[in-house]
Amino acid sequence: MIKVIDPGFYTSIQDKGRFGFQNYGIPVSGCMDENSAEIANQILGNLTSSALLELTMTGCSLEFEKDTIIAVTGSDMNAKLNSFSIQMYNKIDVKEGDLLSFGRFEYGFRTYIAFQGGIKSEKVMKSRSMYNGITKSFKIQKNDQIILNNSVNESRSINQEKIKKLVIFDHIDCYKGPEFHKLSKENKEILLKKEFSISNNHNRMGYILEQNLKNNINPILTSHVMPGTVQLTPGGKIIILMRDCQTTGGYPRILQLTNNGINMLSQKMTNSVIKFNIKEIS
Amino acid sequence: MNSYNLKYFQYNDNSLLISWPERIDENINNDVNEFKKRLETGFKYILEIRSSYCSLLLIFNKKINNINKLIEKLKNLYLSRKSLSKYDRILWNIPVCYENSFALDIDIISKQNKISKEDIIVRHSKTIYSIYLIGFLPGFMYLGGLDNALHTPRKEEPRLRVPKGSVAIGGEQTGIYPQQSPGGWNILGNTPINLFDKSKDIPCFAKPGDKVKFFQVSEDQYKLIEKEMEFGLYELNKEVLND
Repeated sequence: MIKVIDPGFYTSIQDKGRFGFQNYGIPVSGCMDENSAEIANQILGNLTSSALLELTMTGCSLEFEKDTIIAVTGSDMNAKLNSFSIQMYNKIDVKEGDLLSFGRFEYGFRTYIAFQGGIKSEKVMKSRSMYNGITKSFKIQKNDQIILNNSVNESRSINQEKIKKLVIFDHIDCYKGPEFHKLSKENKEILLKKEFSISNNHNRMGYILEQNLKNNINPILTSHVMPGTVQLTPGGKIIILMRDCQTTGGYPRILQLTNNGINMLSQKMTNSVIKFNIKEIS
Repeated sequence: MNSYNLKYFQYNDNSLLISWPERIDENINNDVNEFKKRLETGFKYILEIRSSYCSLLLIFNKKINNINKLIEKLKNLYLSRKSLSKYDRILWNIPVCYENSFALDIDIISKQNKISKEDIIVRHSKTIYSIYLIGFLPGFMYLGGLDNALHTPRKEEPRLRVPKGSVAIGGEQTGIYPQQSPGGWNILGNTPINLFDKSKDIPCFAKPGDKVKFFQVSEDQYKLIEKEMEFGLYELNKEVLND
């Protein structure tokens, strides 16, 4: 068991998300940067669908009440065990009574902590991903007890060279969205060539960009959206929907981020600069 | 049976969007849901299918390798669906209390449409609505078919807290707030029914394509049903329509 001493700014339990319920209006949720989360689980020999902790912008502090093994990936927030720095992207042995804490963050925006066996928390609609109104709380709180699954297999050995550490690109991979063709030639050019920056309005539901795009297209009849869908509002705001987004929307869908595009954007924060890398689906 | 000109659009690596002509139309929406039903039985690798007014989103559990082949298959399936017998649609009868303590905006609806409160209730509860879509909030059903005399634009300033169960009108649609939430629709009543139960395998009793009708209950009956809901004793009235 693990005791939450300080939950940090926004720390939540996430897995791969909730599938099969979008037709009832339930968001998918799941790890924002799926890639970093998968690697953390792989390092420990967990299933890639094991639940872990997602930290946002600031670290948390956790006290271990049992020996276990952990791995920390994603954004570098200067993780420390007791007062010693630990290496990210590595198996770390933790003993009963140890304290995991974090310092200043160096790069990226979201850090993942995986635990051997994975977190055993409340499962709602086949997933442990926290979401307001679906799970009891949407982030972890001070004094919460985090329970782990008994690990079945001793962790497999992982080829360290195969572990791809987080590298952050400004280019966000995406495809043309269902309403891309309705955009003016000028707007298409802007999307293809210009840089954009992240406004201070961003969270697990979506990222709003700082720059506007003069909108020439009408709203659509409410239709499907997904994590990664880029919407254009009547006022010209560009909204990139993320993992906790609603399932439907009426704004034109101009682009669709690839899964890697979503992972990459998850590591961006206010004022980060991005460029859309519009690809053809192959 | 009408056949529409469908458009197929690959949305991402593992999803495909099928679009019908873009309008609110019961025939189109029925066709959408019939095609969904057809796809649910016997189409491989589908993780989930989501339906809306005039589109289906197919999410596959693997990457789409040959999009042209997939579209060809879907086109054939769409054309061959004639042989299908029409599926049964369910009509859900939902109790609503329209009394003043719940009907927070009934005066606005009455004033804007120049009709009496009694007339609003009669018109609202006599229509059979179609569930076009569940979205916005878990379990929020977008219901189409609202009487023209009740169309009321959304509020300019949304309410911060619309009470759970509120039955409301937004433009030409009506719907029920399954949980307390911010919202801009005009509230004319409240239902004691739970629209969303996260502990169930299927969290909503109704699905897109089903029908809904409201019936008026008094405040006392409302309280009784609320109690029965709490103890799991209330059984929602449903009818099977096979038109």
